[in-house]
Amino acid sequence: MISLPPPKPDVLAHREAIIAGLRHLIPGDGVIGDALRLKPYETDALAIYRQPPLAVVLPETTEQVAAVLRFCQANGVRVVPRGAGTSLSGGALPLEDAVVLGLMRMNAILDVDFADRCATVQAGVTNLAITEAVADRGFFYAPDPSSQLACMIGGNVNMNSGGAHCLKYGVTANNLLGLRVVTIDGDILDIGGAHLDAAGYDWLGLITGSEGMLVVVTEVTVRILRAAEGTRAMLAGFRSNAIAGACVADVIASGIIPVALEFMDRPAIHACEAFAGAGYPLDAAAMLIIEVEGAPAEQDFLCARLAEICRRFDPISLRVASTSEESAAIWKGRKGAFGAVGRISPDYFCMDGVIPTGRLSETLERIGEMADEADLAVCNIFHAGDGNLHPLIMFDAHDAIKFARAEKLGADILKLCVAMGGCLTGEHGVGIEKRDLMGVQFSAVELDQQRRIKSAFDPGWLLNPAKVFPLQPVS
Amino acid sequence: MSFAAPNDEAGIAAVIRDAYAARAPLLVQGRGTKSAMLRPVQTARTLSTRKCDGISLYSPGELVFSARAGTVVSEIETVLAGAGQQMIAEPPDLSWLSGATAQQTLGGIVATNLSGPRRIAAGAVRDHVLGVRAVNGTGETIHSGGRVLKNVTGLDLCKLLAGSHGTLAVLTEITFKVLPAPETSCSVVLHGLEPPAAVAALAAAMGSPFGVSGAAHLPPTAAARLGADQSLTLARIEDFAASVAYRGEKLCGALRDFGCAEIWPAEASCAAWASIRDAHVLPADPDQAVWRISVRPSRGPGVLAAARAAGADGYLDWAGGLLMLAGPASETLHAALTDAVRQAGGMWLVLRAPAAWRTGAAMVPAEPPPLAAITRRVKAALDPAGILNPGRIFAGV
Repeated sequence: MISLPPPKPDVLAHREAIIAGLRHLIPGDGVIGDALRLKPYETDALAIYRQPPLAVVLPETTEQVAAVLRFCQANGVRVVPRGAGTSLSGGALPLEDAVVLGLMRMNAILDVDFADRCATVQAGVTNLAITEAVADRGFFYAPDPSSQLACMIGGNVNMNSGGAHCLKYGVTANNLLGLRVVTIDGDILDIGGAHLDAAGYDWLGLITGSEGMLVVVTEVTVRILRAAEGTRAMLAGFRSNAIAGACVADVIASGIIPVALEFMDRPAIHACEAFAGAGYPLDAAAMLIIEVEGAPAEQDFLCARLAEICRRFDPISLRVASTSEESAAIWKGRKGAFGAVGRISPDYFCMDGVIPTGRLSETLERIGEMADEADLAVCNIFHAGDGNLHPLIMFDAHDAIKFARAEKLGADILKLCVAMGGCLTGEHGVGIEKRDLMGVQFSAVELDQQRRIKSAFDPGWLLNPAKVFPLQPVS
Repeated sequence: MSFAAPNDEAGIAAVIRDAYAARAPLLVQGRGTKSAMLRPVQTARTLSTRKCDGISLYSPGELVFSARAGTVVSEIETVLAGAGQQMIAEPPDLSWLSGATAQQTLGGIVATNLSGPRRIAAGAVRDHVLGVRAVNGTGETIHSGGRVLKNVTGLDLCKLLAGSHGTLAVLTEITFKVLPAPETSCSVVLHGLEPPAAVAALAAAMGSPFGVSGAAHLPPTAAARLGADQSLTLARIEDFAASVAYRGEKLCGALRDFGCAEIWPAEASCAAWASIRDAHVLPADPDQAVWRISVRPSRGPGVLAAARAAGADGYLDWAGGLLMLAGPASETLHAALTDAVRQAGGMWLVLRAPAAWRTGAAMVPAEPPPLAAITRRVKAALDPAGILNPGRIFAGV
């Protein structure tokens, strides 16, 4: 079980005064202090870990955020920034003595500029709302995490979120132009803008993915892109994970970069098919969903080349959509994957390790062996083109033994990813979940270097404490 | 005066540890092809990465390439081309600006984060850096990122070090993503447009679904260097041959309101874009200063007009969002340009100017005081004695 640092006794002792002080800064119902209303904020999408905060504040302006941070800095109060609470790594898990700074009321789209292909929005705007705001002109915001209906752009920035389409369009960091941020001192800073290149150090790049530890993001300027003329999906089922993995390598080597290249293993195919009835091949050991884009003739050309590559691997089934409805049907099962697994297992961990794509099949084989040894079911649904694995470990949290085994299996899978030449997390972030594994990927010298950079922004370590870095020095 | 060019990371770390112990500042460079940009660094000791070179990993099927910092970029491009792949950000070779005859290195292009025309569609050099190894200002070896295509584990020091001009740590090895080279390319070209109409046409091109990967406007003085007698406005398409043919035609149609476009086939298009990338189309005399300016694309024509009125000349890339400008190395012109950028909102940096002048004037925009304080603290977090390229970006940092 994860450990949190001891609460500061002086902060807990002054709880009422702190809440009163915050109410002075945020009028109306923007400060929550009673236990019942704090309950929804005690966890995020890593719901097995729970800890109610001292209080929640819901500012509506950047100036209010600055006032709250100045107040917390002056009183030594820890701050946990939060968007929609969709973090799968416990990035928004509160501490007992911390104020949760919720940005969901800052949900205005401030500016959309089609000529300059950018949009400026507040941190609490959902990922999908950005695309919805520009879709009528054929534009979209590219990163599309599975939680895009709920997750907020401020959280996307802090976790550097990815999605199914980042093989072609990149992750959050590659689609940002500017940020408005607030430091722990309460200074409001504009980083970048609507131009492409910055001078000086790349603050935009450093803050992106910093998991709320450096500054609080209140506004974001994103690149919006014109969508291609159309997209088309195809599906190919294979006799083994190894064969599907080899097919992925040949697709990449062919010079075609699909917009998406998703991989599902047999347990995942069965779970998704039972849930969504998408017509997936139940006799296949592994399945790929490949998506291309362009005009109809371009789609024909690309799908024909991809089908030719798939045929070299003796596919059990090969289905190229001929209409957008058929494409949607192919995606239907994949998009419902988490719901599908939720239906067959009371709880699951969604891991997020990344491996070199060349080591796909041996990694999947080893994960299967490890799951068998732990007597736990695992299914794999992931972004094959970039090697970002998402093993879903199924367990029942009410069974303490299984829960402990699932936690250990998760850690072992991530260690395996690092041993394969990969990393602990590709798009979910370290958060609380992978914090104690950081020593697997980084030396003590390297972690101390990162800690000194954190200190340069937040010397008192008040911003999102107990996340990312192990509490104890790495030996 | 001492000059050290160790042939491996351990040797680089030893030089830095020695300099740290002596509190002796180091000029950090590769082959020195960018010595004319930003502020001059005056030190008794020089540390070069030029002999720490060689390709350490190339896995075309995984789109991953690693090389030590001193590896020359042209060698990397040759190896990639052999496998039908390429560097995504199309890094420019601006060595000629400093009169250098040496080949630029991978470490140099990452440390300066200089990107070419494809930046507008596919991202900057820093966007494709997957992992770095580096030695900080106390001689400690650190790595960040790795060799996989997605990685959000810990703070992203790859991005912090990319574009830090050797002031935070010395890069020793860089791993980056590569992509297949397109089968072919073409450019849709409009003639004789004034900058505002040209940038409107380029915005329309970028807002089309035809996958434009380069968008530049060359006023007559720059276009003359490509042998044209009036301005050129170019939108590039790179892809499979059938797609390039189809989309080139469609894009000509989409830009009909801006004039009668013609299509330059691959050979002419590639030659033009190489000249744009490397700024060979820049109308610059050898003694003139050169500025690189990045603004919101629609503000590009306004800044260009202000620059011309003040005595500079140049061209627009990135659909108007990048200005390459040349003019007399005078305080008045510098003030006029930086004022124009300040009003438009954006950034500027000096790519070339006489050393004496580069010591006195700001070479990049000043940061607001709270951010400048963070800059100093982050610098101290990596280079506490301030020995790595001191003053290269900001005086006193």
